[in-house]
Amino acid sequence: MAEAADTNSKSGDNRPALALHVPEPRSRPGDPVNFNDVDIGEPGAQPRPDESAKPEDMKDLAYGLVRVLGDDDKAHGPWDPKLDPETLRTMLGHMAMVRAFDERMFRGQRQGKTSFYMKCTGEEATSVAASMALASDDMVFPSYRQQGILIARGYPLIEMINQIYSNKGDKLKGRQLPIMYSSREHSFFSISGNLATQTPQAVGWAMASAIKGDSRIAATWVGEGSTAEGDFHSACTFATVYNAPVILNVINNQWAISSFSGFAGSERTTFAARALGYGLAGLRVDGNDALACYAAQRWAANRARANQGPTLIEYFTYRAEGHSTSDDPSGYRSAQEREEWPLGDPVMRLKKHLIAIGEWDEDRQAAMDQRCAEEVKAVTKEAEKNGILGHGLHHPFHTMFEDVFEELPWHLEEQAAQATRERETKWPDKHPKDGAGK
Amino acid sequence: MNAQTETTKPQADETEERRINMIEAINEALDIMLERDDDVIVMGEDVGYFGGVFRCTAGLQEKHGKTRVFDTPISECGIIGVAVGMGAYGLRPVPEIQFADYIYPGLDQLISEAARLRYRSATEYIAPMTVRSPFGGGIFGGQTHSQSPESIFTHVAGLKTVIPATPHDAKGLLISCIEDNDPVIFFEPKRIYNGPFSGYYDKPVEPWKKHKDAAVPEGYYKIPLGKARTVTEGEALTVLTYGTMVHVAEAVCREKGVDAEILDLRTLVPLDIEAIEESVKKTGRCLIVHEATRTSGFGAELSALVTERCFYHLEAPVERVTGFDTPYPHSLEWAYFPGPVRIGEALDTILKD
Repeated sequence: MAEAADTNSKSGDNRPALALHVPEPRSRPGDPVNFNDVDIGEPGAQPRPDESAKPEDMKDLAYGLVRVLGDDDKAHGPWDPKLDPETLRTMLGHMAMVRAFDERMFRGQRQGKTSFYMKCTGEEATSVAASMALASDDMVFPSYRQQGILIARGYPLIEMINQIYSNKGDKLKGRQLPIMYSSREHSFFSISGNLATQTPQAVGWAMASAIKGDSRIAATWVGEGSTAEGDFHSACTFATVYNAPVILNVINNQWAISSFSGFAGSERTTFAARALGYGLAGLRVDGNDALACYAAQRWAANRARANQGPTLIEYFTYRAEGHSTSDDPSGYRSAQEREEWPLGDPVMRLKKHLIAIGEWDEDRQAAMDQRCAEEVKAVTKEAEKNGILGHGLHHPFHTMFEDVFEELPWHLEEQAAQATRERETKWPDKHPKDGAGK
Repeated sequence: MNAQTETTKPQADETEERRINMIEAINEALDIMLERDDDVIVMGEDVGYFGGVFRCTAGLQEKHGKTRVFDTPISECGIIGVAVGMGAYGLRPVPEIQFADYIYPGLDQLISEAARLRYRSATEYIAPMTVRSPFGGGIFGGQTHSQSPESIFTHVAGLKTVIPATPHDAKGLLISCIEDNDPVIFFEPKRIYNGPFSGYYDKPVEPWKKHKDAAVPEGYYKIPLGKARTVTEGEALTVLTYGTMVHVAEAVCREKGVDAEILDLRTLVPLDIEAIEESVKKTGRCLIVHEATRTSGFGAELSALVTERCFYHLEAPVERVTGFDTPYPHSLEWAYFPGPVRIGEALDTILKD
């Protein structure tokens, strides 16, 4: 017989004291690092179910790790996407370009050419390889760390740099913080500073595509930290309720600024496993394995395209650099983590794979890296002709008031006139035409 | 009256006598827009099969199909969030939030996303959505079925806020909102869904069928956003109001024999500043009436604008009659509601010299 609940005794009467659990990462600055508890499984060990598989029949895939590239640098198992060498070289080239671009822009921020930058070092495969598995007109709703999608989709580097510099060439007219890109032409949704808001939006876009009987799908990217936002729950719920043709990509890079993934709930489950509760297909993937990233995204895209429903993919990776130019990770995590990270570096792993299959060599790699660095440098010089942040070559004052609404209402007309008068008083000799309005 | 002439006139014989209530008018506007534009989508909690808890979407799913009019999970963040995504695709979603009191979980999507999308993407993406939501008190709705949160939205750059006070306006304004390419908050004063409310809660309520503003043309017509409606012309003072309070103010002025010029603002953003200035400069006195709480309410903005722009024409301080700065109470509803006694006092104060 069950013991009756003791509803009469008061707190303090012989009951054990409760204890709050506050998660703590495995290492702090100065600590040695040990990733032995991280189970990364074996490359090629995970089965690849049919794209129409029921979520409940693929539970293991939400807890394991889909890996293709092994320590021998060869591709293994059913998830090998069997890409031709030319595609692999293109993929490697995009990833190398992302890295070169990040290096240059980070330096640009330190030189005072812009206010802010965010690298994606170590996570290049999760955007480059994943987006290469989508059609170019599939709509992507990224967070701020998927510059690889723009580069893989051929967005001009100069547009990216103009935006980062907020100069007169910036097609967002200097309104947005650096790296908050937007390109409708590249089916790349406007990036917002507010975390996870893009996830229900991606679901809504996918629902719209389904309502119209279109064939395009949507994909969204969100960090593991942001999965704690309510929007992510809404996105998963709406995705499953309407069987929306959408892919929910969670980039688990272990860190949300200074908070380790335990604060998003990683201590007791995986992020892919959250899919199961919603009835979504869930895949957990080696995020530093470009082939696995590509294969998982292709699987989910095929599934969505066939009206088989949405997929949640967790990319297990590591944020190798600081959160942003405003962040110093040595204040909260061990410097050794990056070296000890068991899944290595995505660019190096793909490079070694191409070498291992006889389709690449170190000389060509070195030449490519140099080409990337030179191209970014040349484009940077070109962009600087349009100005850098704070050097006056910005958009006319009147543009500040445009596009709040489709048409300028009277109160914004009045405020625009006020701003123009103010400019003329502050800088009577500078740019006499600037800000004169349209 | 100037604004009235800008509306499309009903076609002569077919509609002059037809009177419907505000619910029917809203239903007609949605029906017409679903018919005219394949990109219009109506969604929200209970709006599909059931037809909405206030019947505003009754029959629409059956007529237009489940992919045009559908029920959603109980998630205001999700409803607004997916609507933003649908707008980015090219649809024209009309999401419903069941009560304005429950719009707050969707605020981040409205304020950070819908309102700013055009601006932050330099017109690459827009959010041409109309969020419909019943608002306002006077129905014993207590704390969470009575609120008037319009000033939260009027404070956000990039949002338009529209509030009808008659069936005729509800239909014409809603059609304009749906066709507008900016995100619009369309607050429906649920106290006057079925009939105008005088504020004299102890008197029987007159149904819309007996009111001239319930003459609603069949078919498509628009009332432009940003244009106030002159409810009554007068010389003694200008009353600036909207929603349920239009009818309360009108009843009190009639009761007291005050020659008031009552402006139903209809759109709070963008505001019809010309109509306001013209009227206040003529009358020299101004009373502002709204149900929402006082501090930082929209009345404060109206008062500031009138003071800034009509200062030398004013013969008395601008008065505000508003809800008190408390949560909306249940049992003390008629002590809270800015009804005839408080409006009467304010009229006396403004007109005393």
